[in-house]
Amino acid sequence: MADPELVRYTLDNGLRVVLAPDATAPVVGVSVHYDVGFRSEPEGRTGFAHLFEHLMFQGSESLEKLAHFRHVQSSGGTFNGSTHPDYTDYFEVLPSAALERALFLEADRMRAPKLTAENLANQIDVVKEEIRLNVLNRPYGGFPWITLPPVLYSTFPNAHNGYGGFEDLESATVDDCAAFFDTYYSPANAVLTVAGDFEVDNAKALIEQHFGDVPHRPAPQRPSFAEPLPTTQLRGEVEDPHAPLPALGIGYRMPDPINDVDGYLAYLVLAGVLTDGDGSRLQQRLVHREPLVVDIGAGAGLFGPFEARDPDTFTITLIHPHEVPRERVLAALDDELQKLADSPPSEEELRKVTARWTASLHSEHDRLVSRTLALGSFELLYGDASLVYKLADRMSAVTSEAVSAAAKALRPDARAVLVVKPASEGNNEQ
Amino acid sequence: MTSATHRTAEEIGRTARGPRPLPPLGEQRAAGDLSHVDTELSNGLRVLAVRKATVPMVEARLWIPFAGDDALHPATSEVLAETILTGTARRNRIEIDAELALIGGDIGAGVDPERLVLTGSALAEKLPTFLDVLGDVLTGATYADDEIAREKERLVERIAVSRTQPRTIAREALQKHRYGDHPATREVPRAEDVAVVTPEQVRALHQASVLPRGAVLVLVGDIDPQAVIGELEKVLGGWASDRSAVRLPPLPELTGPSVRLVPRAGAVQSQIRLSAQTVPRTDPGYAALQLANLAYGGYFSSRLVENIRENKGYTYSAHSGFEFTDGTAVVNVDADTATEATAPALLETRYELGRLGQVPPAGDELESVRQYAIGSLLTSTSSQSGLAGQVLALASTGLGLEWLNEHPARVAAVTADEVAEAALKFFAPKRFTGVVVGDAAVLERKLRSLGDVVVGEPA
Repeated sequence: MADPELVRYTLDNGLRVVLAPDATAPVVGVSVHYDVGFRSEPEGRTGFAHLFEHLMFQGSESLEKLAHFRHVQSSGGTFNGSTHPDYTDYFEVLPSAALERALFLEADRMRAPKLTAENLANQIDVVKEEIRLNVLNRPYGGFPWITLPPVLYSTFPNAHNGYGGFEDLESATVDDCAAFFDTYYSPANAVLTVAGDFEVDNAKALIEQHFGDVPHRPAPQRPSFAEPLPTTQLRGEVEDPHAPLPALGIGYRMPDPINDVDGYLAYLVLAGVLTDGDGSRLQQRLVHREPLVVDIGAGAGLFGPFEARDPDTFTITLIHPHEVPRERVLAALDDELQKLADSPPSEEELRKVTARWTASLHSEHDRLVSRTLALGSFELLYGDASLVYKLADRMSAVTSEAVSAAAKALRPDARAVLVVKPASEGNNEQ
Repeated sequence: MTSATHRTAEEIGRTARGPRPLPPLGEQRAAGDLSHVDTELSNGLRVLAVRKATVPMVEARLWIPFAGDDALHPATSEVLAETILTGTARRNRIEIDAELALIGGDIGAGVDPERLVLTGSALAEKLPTFLDVLGDVLTGATYADDEIAREKERLVERIAVSRTQPRTIAREALQKHRYGDHPATREVPRAEDVAVVTPEQVRALHQASVLPRGAVLVLVGDIDPQAVIGELEKVLGGWASDRSAVRLPPLPELTGPSVRLVPRAGAVQSQIRLSAQTVPRTDPGYAALQLANLAYGGYFSSRLVENIRENKGYTYSAHSGFEFTDGTAVVNVDADTATEATAPALLETRYELGRLGQVPPAGDELESVRQYAIGSLLTSTSSQSGLAGQVLALASTGLGLEWLNEHPARVAAVTADEVAEAALKFFAPKRFTGVVVGDAAVLERKLRSLGDVVVGEPA
């Protein structure tokens, strides 16, 4: 795929900018990525990064509460934000006539958000409802992204619940918000991305006009979240009152996503070889041939690949019938990994995985919102937005031997196994 | 929290220069006309092929009316959808998957009481292979005994998982409450029915119901729309029947009854689901109705979201939107709320329904929903997959790309009076029926006191 034009530069205040013009449709995407996610939350403030994301929509110096939503939508646009382990993003997709408005809205809240006690209290309620909806009142809610990390990791940044505990959320103060903003929401700690239908020179002028006078503050020193690899099989258990069937979440450590991109990509190809499609190894054996499980999936990252720095998690999740002992499932999984470790996968197996990846990257880039966010997060995490357009080729270059080596590294004695028990199962061990 | 010397929240929220004005909108460029073909193949299949060469991919959507009134129909059709891609005379399950994978392709099947839909995509240069697999599956799916047996087992397990989802429970309760035992209500089959479905029944259903006449195929992507029609005649020529795909009998007009509280003991959250009859996209009044709905709860800046989420914190998400079934449409209002917030949330939800008719959207509020309706159509159709989904939704009610091209002008022309009329006519609180699924021990007394609420499982 030909590399589309990318323009990258940095404003005097430290804000990094990525411009990706494309006139195929009269719409434009704007995003701001801040280099802070839930791994940076202090103890006693779980869920704060996500709660703060909500507050960034609640008004700024020029915009009353609710005005942000109204201005985006009354310009014909859509918006959202999301919090990840290592970054928080905010974005709009709008008809291209609204580009300046979107820049204005993002600049205004980067410069002077209005952090009030009333909005904080209201958004604590909203976030609690979000957690009830997505976790507490739903089968397999929070599985595995909330429940697996505390088994695999031992330090607070990596192990804690990014949605947060209700007590921590309720104890958040306006002063916490001010400190969080001044520390992490500086222009020097952010990336602005504009993709879609616009003229580069015009966009540059508008960006200077709106963001240029956001005062510089130094970006915070980023701590290392490194942890030693597990030296034994770690086990954990949660009871899920809504789950009808038992589930397993298996977590492994993977290569450094940033400094060993090709090593990381080998694990992505491995995930495809294991569970992508009916012909994949684990689907064939565990779902169709034996069959031991109802559903199985494997992948990199708690929310998907390329959204975290080191350490990152390779996960295998599966749901199995009550009558299938979990040790049998694990034995079959380990057996398939051993086969791959002993003899590399065929060229055709790799081609199937990489062709599907190539196609899905095309589809992802075709959706303006996904393209905008991918460019922004790659610029932030990798310092190189253009890597987005090189992934398919890099992935196709992964060798069978590298995939085999990745399978060999998924050892039973260096992983976490989380058991999800339906409440109906009680304490009766199988 | 981290920085040792940070500003106060008040200092952060103001600058020396003070508030700044919102920039005006620039000049909007219109979306280019898409070259497309809208035609019928000799086997009766309607094809909409659209050239949109943003990426070297093609998106495919095949929509087949798939109704049935047999008691086992929901279970049989679910098994059919799960196994239609598990083998043909020419390819077994793994060969189908491998062939698709090598062209960056995928096909998935889903079924509901109204239709069977096959959704797929592939690298555009590999379209012939993709269509060959699709044609093979449509004309030659074999439904091998062992594949059926295994998928039935998985389906039973998955139904168990699905039936524990609050949204599935609420949807099922709503369907029963508003439509009784109309076939449209049988969205999730019963596990005991799935267990007795035989391969012969699935094969017979394919013969009787997987039919081209009355169905629609949408192709959107880096393709030549003219050339693809000839290709389709070749590949799908063998897929033919004298009969037409089976449409759902009309849904009864929705007129009531009261809202029903469906008990779910110990639930920490309740599902509020209200519903009222409206008119479909083909109705001349649809654009005004669409704007009334947006103002009520159809987008984030709506009255309902601002009231029960942003002002009161009762819910994470509240939403109203249309549900189109064959030639009819209803508007649904959804919100999930904490148990203690449920009764006040229902009260406010009804209050906003009443207020929409009495104090209808005008001025900035009307212009906001108007711009949103036009702009969101532009953004949602700017990708191949978004456009394919939109074109399919139109085609399934007999509309075509013209509707898509003309709709912005229709929305632009709607008057405040027309929106007010739609609000008064369609959003009157008395017209809404529905369910609240939640902890009845806590909710019953409070909800009853609001009036027009009955308690218990739907018959």
